[in-house]
Amino acid sequence: MQLLPERLETWLATMESLDRPDRIQMLIDVAGRFPSVPPRIAQRPYPAERRVPGCESEAYVWAEPKPDGTLTYYFAVENPQGISAMALAAILGNTLSGVPPEKVAAIPADVVFRIFGRELSMGKSLGLMGMVNMVRAAARQQLQAPLEETNYGE
Amino acid sequence: MSKSIEERGYSDADVLVSADWVQEHLKDPGVRIAESNEDPLLYSSNHIPGAVEIDWTRDLNDPVRRDYLDRRGFENLMRRIGVSRDMTIVLYGDKNNWWATYAFWVLQLFGHVRAKVMDGGRGKWIDEKRTLTREVPKYQPGQYQAPERDDARFRAFRDQVLQHLEPKLPLVDVRSPEEYRGERLHMPEYPNEGALRGGHIPGALSIPWGRAINQEDGTFKDAAELRKIYVEENKLRPSDDVIAYCRIGERSSHTWFVLTYLLGFNKVRNYDGSWTEWGNLVQVPIENPSAERRDAAVA
Repeated sequence: MQLLPERLETWLATMESLDRPDRIQMLIDVAGRFPSVPPRIAQRPYPAERRVPGCESEAYVWAEPKPDGTLTYYFAVENPQGISAMALAAILGNTLSGVPPEKVAAIPADVVFRIFGRELSMGKSLGLMGMVNMVRAAARQQLQAPLEETNYGE
Repeated sequence: MSKSIEERGYSDADVLVSADWVQEHLKDPGVRIAESNEDPLLYSSNHIPGAVEIDWTRDLNDPVRRDYLDRRGFENLMRRIGVSRDMTIVLYGDKNNWWATYAFWVLQLFGHVRAKVMDGGRGKWIDEKRTLTREVPKYQPGQYQAPERDDARFRAFRDQVLQHLEPKLPLVDVRSPEEYRGERLHMPEYPNEGALRGGHIPGALSIPWGRAINQEDGTFKDAAELRKIYVEENKLRPSDDVIAYCRIGERSSHTWFVLTYLLGFNKVRNYDGSWTEWGNLVQVPIENPSAERRDAAVA
């Protein structure tokens, strides 16, 4: 079984130790600290190819290559009520940036259920898993054809 | 400017209230405001002052069987949110009240007729910059004695859907056109709402639930616009025996609400087994236009 990146696993273990109200509160707090993509990476209007398919919160994903071959992940969430998308973006950006791309590419998309719980609706999980899948795709691309440092996958 | 609810020509305008009405009744002891969302974080992030949360998975479903809560569970829910039998519950939520109408439908299985939906839902309340709070209210547990759940009037089961097929009674598939055509089944990783087969129940009309909504503000279209969609375009009649379905019965509860209350159809049932049941049943008939196109191409 493929191990998850350490920071993500630690985060998940913390989440799973909390009861539902505390987990929800923690996710809301994380969403409140979500750092949107900096202007040097992307500015509105964001390109359609960066948009997460199936995400109704209109989330976008970018990956910035680093000299060591890892990626830094950035996100934008255009729906101000897209709190779950913001929380997930903050978690993915924080726990996967700087992680070897082979480890990021191996993350299962259903990690969203460990974060949000099993009771997610299909529509909601479609969007959230789409965010994970776009991060995985960027990592896979980095393994196959590494991006130049000024190329953010656009 | 959109028409007031009273001007829209609904059969039963009393089930729909405006955000202004809710604002005026925030402290009405006979009214309980309840938020029901798809996104599990939204209520805790903020909500209408005094509103309680009704969570569609934890509060409305049986935790073990695929069924809704029983009489005792419903009584406990009502007591927990401080509702007595004579109180009015006003539901609102995200996704243009998709989940609010689902909760409304469950309330009707227990005959709680003093129920309303706030037009435009959570999105309209926020867009109008009305007050929100993170404070979770605490209410004195209500005295609530519910009747046994009565599924007969508003709920359909698979055998009843099968019986519906032979005389070609109307079925309404409210999912997306891609799901209806069998082009999109479900996500491989998704554990709860998958189906082994794609397509739709034979003869079902495709009327996506969102067509009943004004996209600019999430309110319901007026009766004339709704009649155009359901009656003129799709030839449904208010006297028809209609069964609506989607994937797990939530989107179809929205259409059930529209047909039953806004257009005054006499007999509309929600098949909550929906595609997650039908698409997994052995030997039931299915129409799948995308598979038929593939077969034709191979031939």
